[in-house]
Amino acid sequence: MAQREELSKDKLMWMYETMVKIRLHENKAAELFAQGKIKGFVHLYVGEEAVATGVMAALKPGDVITGTHRSHGHYIAKGGDLKASFAELFGKRTGSNKGKGGSMHIADPGIGMLGANGMVGGGIPHAVGAALAFKLLGKDNVAVAFFGEGGSNQQNFHEAINLAAIWKLPVVFVCENNLYQISLHYSKQQLITSVAERGKAYGIPGVSVDGQDVLAVYEAAREAVERARRGEGPTLIEAKTYRFRGHFEGDPEVYRSKEEVEWWINNKDPIKLFEKYLLERNIATRDELDAVWKRVAKEIEDAVKFAEESPYPSPEELYEDVFAKPTNGVLVWRWD
Amino acid sequence: MASTREITFVQALNEALDYAMSVDKRVIIMGEDVGIYGGVFGVTMGLYDKYGPERVRDTPIAESGFIGAAVGAAMMGLKPVVELMFIDFLGVAFDQIYNQAAKLRYMTGGKVKVPMVLRTVCGAGIQAAAQHSQSLHALFIHVPGLKVVIPSTPYDAKGLLLTAILDEEDPVVFIEHKMLYGIRGPVPEEPYKIPFGVADVKREGKDVTVIATAWMVHRALEAADKLAGEGISVEVIDPRTLVPLDVDTILNSIKKTGRLVVVDEGYPRASFATDIAALAVSKAFEYLKAPVKLVTPPATPVPFSEVLEREWIPSTEKIMKAIRDVYYYKRP
Ligand SMILES: Cc1ncc(C[n+]2csc(CCOP(=O)(O)OP(=O)(O)O)c2C)c(N)n1
Repeated sequence: MAQREELSKDKLMWMYETMVKIRLHENKAAELFAQGKIKGFVHLYVGEEAVATGVMAALKPGDVITGTHRSHGHYIAKGGDLKASFAELFGKRTGSNKGKGGSMHIADPGIGMLGANGMVGGGIPHAVGAALAFKLLGKDNVAVAFFGEGGSNQQNFHEAINLAAIWKLPVVFVCENNLYQISLHYSKQQLITSVAERGKAYGIPGVSVDGQDVLAVYEAAREAVERARRGEGPTLIEAKTYRFRGHFEGDPEVYRSKEEVEWWINNKDPIKLFEKYLLERNIATRDELDAVWKRVAKEIEDAVKFAEESPYPSPEELYEDVFAKPTNGVLVWRWD
Repeated sequence: MASTREITFVQALNEALDYAMSVDKRVIIMGEDVGIYGGVFGVTMGLYDKYGPERVRDTPIAESGFIGAAVGAAMMGLKPVVELMFIDFLGVAFDQIYNQAAKLRYMTGGKVKVPMVLRTVCGAGIQAAAQHSQSLHALFIHVPGLKVVIPSTPYDAKGLLLTAILDEEDPVVFIEHKMLYGIRGPVPEEPYKIPFGVADVKREGKDVTVIATAWMVHRALEAADKLAGEGISVEVIDPRTLVPLDVDTILNSIKKTGRLVVVDEGYPRASFATDIAALAVSKAFEYLKAPVKLVTPPATPVPFSEVLEREWIPSTEKIMKAIRDVYYYKRP
């Protein structure tokens, strides 16, 4: 595992706990989906935990991120509330989005999570705009845009990254290359072997890292974030990763073999790899690590209970939040 | 001869695509996950194995690129059927549709033709939230140069899609409501075509005309069934193609019943519903015995929460209420 900077035990344990939180959150979400308790399109982050965690470990308060359709992990790593997350998945009023957004649109600007996005590539320009705001408002914060390798073929990616480059904005573009765009393998989406190569086309650095190695992701993100804070402009990071589950819950996964998935689970589980690192260096004991799983499992249980017991929105709430405030004339049209 | 075989809406579409590809080599399919995956709703299932990767092309997530490429391919003699996975994604490709595909014939004085079909999915009902649940057909109706199809039954789906691919020389936007994919209905095995611009009277009646589209046709029929018990005779008309629009069938029905309810899942204003209401009051005003009633969702984005989504989608009860309102209306 890569580690150039001496990291405190606290920080390392935060990384570990964050990954465990994401893993258990996602496993629980899968279970609830299978039971029919949560519905809609649910894209889980299992297997990719090290990417969100490593990147978020390099950020400071005030920094912001934009997500994708697969953003539970980004939200949690950015400091999202598990109760609000489950409540949102249940469509409850106490959810992060008051039940109006659901899995694909989880957001909390209060913690710097500007939003997951149902549109592939939709959030990338928002990060660029957020960075422009930081620059014009004189703040030394950075914005991070997450997207998949599939998303990197979308016009929004190309237009936004070019803007960030010419304006030297404090943005970090994080491509989570998990090899598949729903069913289409990476090799059929683009001829280059690494999305990081695209940095060249825009005159910015492009780096590729092992996305299953949380410390490698952290290192790459730290460098990119520092460069951005120094006013030197954006960086494109490609984290090579893999999603252990289907594209969305209910995916028959006809496009990849069981053996392939098992190989990744057995050899490239980011949590197991990090565990090994922590144990081999005597940074943490087995008991300490087990305690983390236990504590997080309890938190998840409490969050689900909270979500289940929370009230649904009242029908009248349907008409709220479309616009900011009342005005002359009818804003929210209904015939009845 | 009426067929008794019942298949799903998805199977009906799949049969149309299969037949069109088998009789015309120029027909190709393009889109995200249309190949080995068979489309996220299974509409293109099996076609990749049958016709190969050259004619059933998986694309990157590059809607403007591949829809624009379909425009070019159509100009040069292919007949592309492109899939836009959800109608909500049209924003990233809209220029290719409304400025390019729609206008090339006109701008070139008729010298360029763009015989392509854009298949896409609309509709709420599965808690897919605000960016995967919209019914945006009004946006296409608004732009001259596009033909707009929105079937409600497996039978119509197969016949209209075959016409769209094999007969039409103009760009056709073919909209499939996701709540219809699983419904079954009688569909002949042999190929058949349903001409554009011919509305289907899904149920005859004499008191109230209901114009409905896609999933709302089924809710309107349910409402009509229930109201028959109350002695109200409802005529339900499905226009099937919104451009071209079968104005005669609609106006004749309004003239017969004197009462109109329009049920549509598009947003309420500047919509298909307001379009039909305007048609009624401008062309059949003197026949109207009651104000026209529109049943649509409110002008809010589609909410995620099941309870809110249920409130958002026009319900059978709301349709029944609108029908009763016009039926019992008394001029003051
Ligand atoms: C503009 C747009 N096009 C298509 C889709 C449908 N879609 C949702 S996720 C997805 C694949 C995304 O692949 P990638 O960007 O690699 O992210 P991953 O799912 O692998 O995390 C597609 C095609 C969409 N949501 N938005």
